[in-house]
Amino acid sequence: MLDDFFIRALIAGIGIALITGPLGCFVIWRRLSFFAGTLAHSALLGVTMALVFELNIAFSVFLISAVLAIFLLQLQTKTNLPNDALLGLLAHSSLAIGLVIIGFLTTIRFDVMGLLFGDILAVNQNDLLLIWGSGIFILIILKFIWKPLFASTINYDLAKAEGMKPDRYNAIFTILMAAIIAISIKIVGLLLITGMLIIPAALARNISNNPIQMVFLSTIGGLLSILIGLFLSLEFNTASGPSIITAALILFCFSLIKFKKYSELKK
Amino acid sequence: MENKNKVLLKVENVGLSINDKSLVKGVSFEVKQSEIVTLIGPNGSGKSTTAKIALGIYKNIDGKVKTYTDKIGYVPQKISIDWTLPIRVLDFMSLTENLTQDQINNALNLTGVEHLKDKSLSNLSGGEFQRVLIARAISKQPELLVLDEPVQGVDFKGEIALYELIKKITEKMKCGILLISHDLHVVMSATDFVICLNGHVCCSGTPQKVIKDNKYKELFGDRASNILSLYEHKHDHTHSQDGTIDRK
Repeated sequence: MLDDFFIRALIAGIGIALITGPLGCFVIWRRLSFFAGTLAHSALLGVTMALVFELNIAFSVFLISAVLAIFLLQLQTKTNLPNDALLGLLAHSSLAIGLVIIGFLTTIRFDVMGLLFGDILAVNQNDLLLIWGSGIFILIILKFIWKPLFASTINYDLAKAEGMKPDRYNAIFTILMAAIIAISIKIVGLLLITGMLIIPAALARNISNNPIQMVFLSTIGGLLSILIGLFLSLEFNTASGPSIITAALILFCFSLIKFKKYSELKK
Repeated sequence: MENKNKVLLKVENVGLSINDKSLVKGVSFEVKQSEIVTLIGPNGSGKSTTAKIALGIYKNIDGKVKTYTDKIGYVPQKISIDWTLPIRVLDFMSLTENLTQDQINNALNLTGVEHLKDKSLSNLSGGEFQRVLIARAISKQPELLVLDEPVQGVDFKGEIALYELIKKITEKMKCGILLISHDLHVVMSATDFVICLNGHVCCSGTPQKVIKDNKYKELFGDRASNILSLYEHKHDHTHSQDGTIDRK
């Protein structure tokens, strides 16, 4: 029953969930949900750039995301517009530019839907290598920078005063974000990668009381979403990316119910 | 005797302007081992800004800051923990330093909040939170402590106890303290050196000297000058042992 492509999809999904679990926690701790969304939107531009200049897609997406992040930092110093307005500006203009460029690429057949929503069932062995290779790399870096990054998430001034160099670690974190978006775009698509970052972390928050536990539960939540979503998409022949996010949402609803009961017990 | 102590922090003629508006300028001072230096001044006078400059938090400052230690403990004026981040007192304690359970327990014990160890940080009251902040800053055995309004929200009895604790820490751990406060009455008695700020240094010196300074009186009003004597009076009744302030 388990075809080859399905096993590859599972392995790819598990790899993604292992990275988005911990990274997603930082995304919601640092209120970066919209930032993650912006990076994901810019991925379309990254993909079109890859097609125009014949680059590796993941590499090009990573590059564009990183450039966008730097551009955002520049914008922040030049104007007093609030962050969410700047992010909205960047998200939609990069998406628009990407789509405009696609219009020019008449000679290349291009699956926009696959890009927006991902196609985990089309994952090949190179993709697996990329996901697991860079995934392990991302997790090792995250483990390494955990303490200073966490301290600067709690309070920038405190971290800076006590020698934790928050600027450096914030920058590294931004690069990691660009990387996870680049490698997971094929799996869940650019519209849904933000969901994969946020929903498991959000459900973990409802049922945890310390940071390590939240990271752990967020990863478990992501893994369960992948497993349930993929099996459901196989069973009902639905699109895999959206199925995974729907599964995550259902798990999130369960975490709410449990949370409510727990707080009632305390009363 | 003072010269023997190591200089921990040296601030020379520092200032900060944001959008061409000067927040503070021309501030110089030193913090040595076993010494408490206090910054006082009205709201918006640049006390916190000066402390942050000294800690290297701002990038484009005027003047020079030299720190001669990297073991620094900081209690910021304001710190808000988002609900989305679940963190217990225990986790918060080892935020910037790896501590043993004993070190954590001892520090929390000193500030009287050991029983809160497993509690969530977002469930603490203002005063409890301040005590945890102080405990965290001292737990890593810093050489330099920077305390920005460390007892805000703490009840009056606890306030005096905490200031006494701070003083004890300076003596025991031989660390230098840069303290920011507007609780003139309590602070003045425990301080070695006072800097009175109002965008610039109005006056500075020993508490006894500053309190008689006309600029200080202008800034805080005549009644503020009585604070020291008031405190001394009260002090006479409670702890007559302390000789530092008594001879005025």
